[in-house]
Amino acid sequence: MGVSGTTNDWATTTLDTAVNWARANSLWPMPFGTACCGIEMMAAFMAKYDTARFGSEVMKFSPRQSDLLIVSGRISLKMMPVLQRIWEQMPEPKWCISMGACASSGGVFDTYTLIQGVDQFIPVDAYMPGCPPRPEAFLDALMMVQEKAKKGQAKSQEYVTGDASSDPARSVAFRTPDTHYRHGADRSTPAKEKSGG
Amino acid sequence: MIVYTPENHLPLIAKVEAHLGERLLGREEKSHYHQFKVLAKDARALIQFLRDEPGLGFAMFIDLTAVDYLKYPVAQPERFAVITTLLSPSLGIRVQVKAFVAGGEPRIPSLADLYAGANWTEREVWDLYGIEFLGHPDLKRILMPDDFDGHPLRKDYPLRGRGERGNFPVYHATTQKPQGDA
Repeated sequence: MGVSGTTNDWATTTLDTAVNWARANSLWPMPFGTACCGIEMMAAFMAKYDTARFGSEVMKFSPRQSDLLIVSGRISLKMMPVLQRIWEQMPEPKWCISMGACASSGGVFDTYTLIQGVDQFIPVDAYMPGCPPRPEAFLDALMMVQEKAKKGQAKSQEYVTGDASSDPARSVAFRTPDTHYRHGADRSTPAKEKSGG
Repeated sequence: MIVYTPENHLPLIAKVEAHLGERLLGREEKSHYHQFKVLAKDARALIQFLRDEPGLGFAMFIDLTAVDYLKYPVAQPERFAVITTLLSPSLGIRVQVKAFVAGGEPRIPSLADLYAGANWTEREVWDLYGIEFLGHPDLKRILMPDDFDGHPLRKDYPLRGRGERGNFPVYHATTQKPQGDA
């Protein structure tokens, strides 16, 4: 905490510093466990490793009450829109941990159905190597996010979302959900041309 | 517990061979069951025989899956094979029916009216191999997204797909800061 001056019974600081300190030490995680990394994430939350020491023991399965998304596991084509919806529902400021090889890079699953790194689609603050990572790695990533939060930084603040038509400066081509899954489709093509089936 | 004793299977094999005659392409002894190979047009009749014939009673549907032999080194009668596994609770015997389906527009009669469990497994085979099950009540995709093109477990489908992975809405990094206090 950026304490400017202390005596025995009072302290001064800036409001931002105090707020960031409070946020960093009360990160409420939204777990998105889709694979074996989710099991290690649960282990990290249990008594032995105990993320309660970092103030983030409150697992919120509701994105609207959480500010730390933990993507732990592989994300398929079909799951990515769900993850994006959850990310968009979380209030700012928010942080994201990409847990394990699959979430960070697709891992060994270099296949037609697997997203090759969730950072292509949502902003990621901390990457965690491992397959799956041990709970110690989880705590390390959590502390990295805490450091960012204390400085008031979040990757999500460097990104914007929205409709390209409303503000061309914001995005080169924001794709609507209708254009999902089309093979090699031109990304700027309107979705209405999709063939049936 | 089902213990595999080859002698117990002999009456079953005799019945199937007598029923099918020339239409039985082959038979193979697996680790603890026998596999009967037929063409797609004979598969449903054989499975119905196994289910309804007195003394057989293959009432339990275990699994239905498929194989694509497109790049298989050993020559096969047809490109695809649909494999149905059944169990007879009264005999304590498992059996597999391997039905070869021609490529091009692969088609095979559905088993969904014989076994309720075949409904979703046939949808899965349709989804991933593109084998059409004639008479299926609701043949639509079950695993892949509804608007997916192609059948990805076919051997001529590229492993890394045809660009589906990148075709998504994306959060673009910009130099602009978002409006308002973040």
